[in-house]
Amino acid sequence: MIKLANEADAIYEAQYQTMRKAGAEQRRDRAYKSFVERGLPNRRVESWHYTDLKTALAKPAPLAAGDERALALDRTHDSIRLVTLDGKFRPDLSDLSGLPDGLRVQSLHEALADDNPEITAALWPENAGAEDAAVALNGALMQDCVVVSVSSGVKVTRPIEFVTLVGASVPEAIFTRAALIVGAGASVKAIETAGVLPRETSIATQINHLLALRLENASEVDVLSHIAGFGGGSVGVFSLMAYLASHARLNAHQLIEGGGLLRRQVFAALDGEHAHAAFNGVTLARGRQHADTTLFVDHRQPHGTSHEKFRTILDEQAVGVFQGKILVRPCAQKTDGVMQSKAILLSDGATMNNKPELEIFADDVKCGHGAACGRLDGDQLFYLMARGLPRGEAQSLLLEAFANESLVDIADERSHNFLTARIGAWLAERTPS
Amino acid sequence: MLEIKNLHVSVGDREILKGLTLTVKDGEVAAIMGPNGTGKSTLSYVIAGREGYEVTEGEVLINGENILDLDPHERAARGLFLAFQYPVEIPGVATMQFLKAALNAQRRSRGEPELQTPDLMKRVREAAAKLEVSQEMLRRPLNSGFSGGEKKRMEILQMALLEPSVGILDETDSGLDIDALRVVSEGVNSLRSPERSFLVITHYQRLLDYIRPDSVHVMAQGVIQRSGGPELALELEKNGYRDYIAGEAA
Repeated sequence: MIKLANEADAIYEAQYQTMRKAGAEQRRDRAYKSFVERGLPNRRVESWHYTDLKTALAKPAPLAAGDERALALDRTHDSIRLVTLDGKFRPDLSDLSGLPDGLRVQSLHEALADDNPEITAALWPENAGAEDAAVALNGALMQDCVVVSVSSGVKVTRPIEFVTLVGASVPEAIFTRAALIVGAGASVKAIETAGVLPRETSIATQINHLLALRLENASEVDVLSHIAGFGGGSVGVFSLMAYLASHARLNAHQLIEGGGLLRRQVFAALDGEHAHAAFNGVTLARGRQHADTTLFVDHRQPHGTSHEKFRTILDEQAVGVFQGKILVRPCAQKTDGVMQSKAILLSDGATMNNKPELEIFADDVKCGHGAACGRLDGDQLFYLMARGLPRGEAQSLLLEAFANESLVDIADERSHNFLTARIGAWLAERTPS
Repeated sequence: MLEIKNLHVSVGDREILKGLTLTVKDGEVAAIMGPNGTGKSTLSYVIAGREGYEVTEGEVLINGENILDLDPHERAARGLFLAFQYPVEIPGVATMQFLKAALNAQRRSRGEPELQTPDLMKRVREAAAKLEVSQEMLRRPLNSGFSGGEKKRMEILQMALLEPSVGILDETDSGLDIDALRVVSEGVNSLRSPERSFLVITHYQRLLDYIRPDSVHVMAQGVIQRSGGPELALELEKNGYRDYIAGEAA
């Protein structure tokens, strides 16, 4: 019998007992055991050193009940759209029209009924990240999920959009997963959107969401993630776990707009030769927001490449975190890994914690990392102002350019324009300093 | 018209401009010449409003209005343009995007309608052709990877588009070869007009062969030591600045 130490643990225990009834007991039991062994991470856990989840989740909210109410949702992208609202997959709010051959969408219920070991394995991945306490908690308490499987060789042209929304008007806890399984030689564009319905932006939501990607041999996946809109008291953990087989290519871009305490954690296992993963992103935070991006890239096979470029803009009293670790295992010769994180602090009260890390056990590799943090360049600012741009506009122009350094590689012009516009809107809301 | 009256400027404890007075009338091209380290660039930066300089006394007027309390962008909107000695590279900001932002910011602050892209493109293309600025340069990020000559031509291109009433050229000749010097000078000359004043700051007389000044002023030790016509530049070229800095050592 496991002894529970405090109120939060007791609440999670009760929630686990509830969710066990929804199926997948063995998977949940394993995940919950792993969670209980670790507990909610505090600053003493190295990978959570800058984000104290234990304190933030001292009072776990009740599990989201979800409802069936009809809603009209705004759409940004023309996509195959999979909407999860308040912890429940909502086919009625989704757009599943015109699914191409070789593409299959399942809810948790359907996935479990299917009892397909491949799907179960993709939904509860056991590679890098499985031992993270937040991921384990998600595995134990997952309320619903969406599983998308793309058959080998299928090229899906319309993006597949995973939308995770909060619409409850009271604080609730949400645990959801999405899995994208991409068969050998297939190619997919995915969009991951997480946010809050416009009228509920001040609700203190606790959300723990995981997107699991499985890229089989020589498959190609582009992912665009946008996490925004969470209110001041919210606690969000958004995990991305990616498994890449040989010659698989993953290009991921993210825009994180701060809200309460947000942690984006990416775990990538490059488990086949010549696998390539790129993770790029922009984080914007202001007020008392806390925005953490933590990456772990596990090179397990030779000839892998991983490139990461992150930009963070912090205003007022915001706290930013970038932790990036590249692990090169002994057999992963000829690995090429580059990681870069830069931050601009717009006020004296903002704090950035940059921690790039390399752990290399192979001798024939090319790896590097760089981290920088500073203010806007005074010479550039003066130059623009001397040409007539008011301070705020000059700052915005420079900040947009700074942010764009991690978005330049987005091949899809509409996606690029969408993110640029979002960054512009965020900048337009600030008071020039 | 640009009027500088008894301007005293310090950086930290050190006074750099010590009561400088100079008037550049409408339509006039005035040249300031002087030895290194005499405060010429300080003067241009103070007029443009760069931070880090303390004006302890005096005023600077553009068309009769004291601009010293204005932000740099407000000075620009009043008709001031500084062609930088070292134009700043801004990677990530497209040149055209910058030109549009600068032009429209100034137009907005003057209550004029903003320019639409096709109109802007037309103006930029016309000005660029005169200054031998290639379309390829316009497609690059602002000043990024530009040669010294390209940067200076971009400065004059901006001046042509922004149509200031007071233009300050801070050592625009530095880093230019003969051909670039000619192109840049022709660009400046084509902007000369009865309503526009220019202050040309330079070390050498050579630039003044191309941009013929109406008046020449010798600046040393933080003040204007002597003023005269174009012949003064020739005299300086022959004798150097010895006579003006002799007192400094004492």
